[in-house]
Amino acid sequence: MTNLTEHIGTAALALIGELGRMLIFVISAFAWLIRPPLRVIQIIKQLHFIGYKSTFVVVLTATFTGMVLALQGYYSLRKFGAEGWLGSAVALSMIRELGPVLAALMVTARAGSAMTAEIGIMRITEQIDALDTMAISPLQYLIAPKLVAGLIGVPLLVAIFDVVGIFGGYLVGVDLLGVNPGSYWTSILSAVEWKDVYGGILKSISFGLIISWICCYKGFHTKQSAEGLGTATTEAVVLSSVLILVWDYFLTSVLM
Amino acid sequence: MIKLIGVEKTLGGQPVLQGVDLSIPPGKLTTVIGRSGGGKSVLLKHMIGLLQPDRGEVWVDDVEISRLKGRKLNDVRKRFAMLFQGAALFDSLTVFDNVAFPLREKLRMKGPEVTKRVDEKLEQVGLDGMGHKFPAELSGGMRKRAGLARALVMEPEIILFDEPTTGLDPMMVKSIHDLIVTTQRRFGFTAVMVSHEIPEIFGISDWVAMLLKGRIAAMAPASEFQQTTDPEIREFISVGGTVAMLPGQGR
Repeated sequence: MTNLTEHIGTAALALIGELGRMLIFVISAFAWLIRPPLRVIQIIKQLHFIGYKSTFVVVLTATFTGMVLALQGYYSLRKFGAEGWLGSAVALSMIRELGPVLAALMVTARAGSAMTAEIGIMRITEQIDALDTMAISPLQYLIAPKLVAGLIGVPLLVAIFDVVGIFGGYLVGVDLLGVNPGSYWTSILSAVEWKDVYGGILKSISFGLIISWICCYKGFHTKQSAEGLGTATTEAVVLSSVLILVWDYFLTSVLM
Repeated sequence: MIKLIGVEKTLGGQPVLQGVDLSIPPGKLTTVIGRSGGGKSVLLKHMIGLLQPDRGEVWVDDVEISRLKGRKLNDVRKRFAMLFQGAALFDSLTVFDNVAFPLREKLRMKGPEVTKRVDEKLEQVGLDGMGHKFPAELSGGMRKRAGLARALVMEPEIILFDEPTTGLDPMMVKSIHDLIVTTQRRFGFTAVMVSHEIPEIFGISDWVAMLLKGRIAAMAPASEFQQTTDPEIREFISVGGTVAMLPGQGR
């Protein structure tokens, strides 16, 4: 019994310690961000990597998500003779829930894992130490631009996801299943409110922060081995994905 | 002068440094020798504040750096450069950009002035015309040379060399050693080198220190170091073939 209590206590202390380190990490990175020099080129490079290079996978996922939503929605709505509301069903699901969550999960898989691996390799090969010895803060040079790029890039990708998903739904609903195109668009205009869009934006910004924060932290604290790098990358992807889903639940319950 | 007083460090539950007292003479080349995994690189990292001691003090002239952080530590680090074991070149940058990196980032230098200084350093280390290559396209020796060019480009007061010749063939070892000695003599910086190259280091170093069981077991001018009577040190250096070298052959 004492052993069990000791184990739980040790694990709790380790968890609290880790959470504290993660918090200090992100606060320090943001603090470095406001100190000159402002690393605009680094931020643009990271936006290109996280945002632009994730566009294809996001568009592909969004198209098929919209298409399958329309397919499922059509057969459910037809039972009540409400096929005309297909547009609103697709758009609300996309904007409020699926757009932010699926786009964030895609970015985690594509860019988040790569971020962890890149920073982890820099840690193992002493490139981060080299920055330190040159009196250049790795938090300012490496981490802060990635955090900013996550905060800007993910909401933009979510916006693309939403729009493409709605058009994917249109393709199946209107072109394949014969829903009236006017009804499709009108139902969207009448059902979607500003708070739905606002909620989606808020979610996507917080997901952007979660991805870049967790993935950078795990990479930055990679242990000095190939196995350590593999573990860090896996942990980054799993933890980011789980946090996105958990945080989505809490945010949805607050925004409802 | 760099001075370590009673420095202790435990890593992963293992005591690595157990009370290191060491003074590095300014403007000289001091080599630290010792067993693999004995804490030589850890010792070097304490000198530049990459690691903080659990106990003890690290002084760089009149500044105690072991508890310094942020801007104050960076101010001290501006006087240093370090050549890492694997050169630690940035993979995503070309050799030219790697060498230009501290000039652009720290001195905000631009254009032809950067080109002039980088080309000059690349020529000094024998890498002229290699600036466009990426680190992955270079051999181990060339990477070390590029790392050395990056360390030299800011013309620092102190350069730390972490096993600069490990894994290189004897010709390349000689070439890197010549390069270090030539540049150290030319610019007069304080050099601290961690090396396993026995007996070669006795020919190039001004001072030699030996780290044994977490402490500095001996430190002496290179020529005197070889005359030690301590059996443990004698055994260590004789395995490297030093006894074959006559006293006084040092630099």
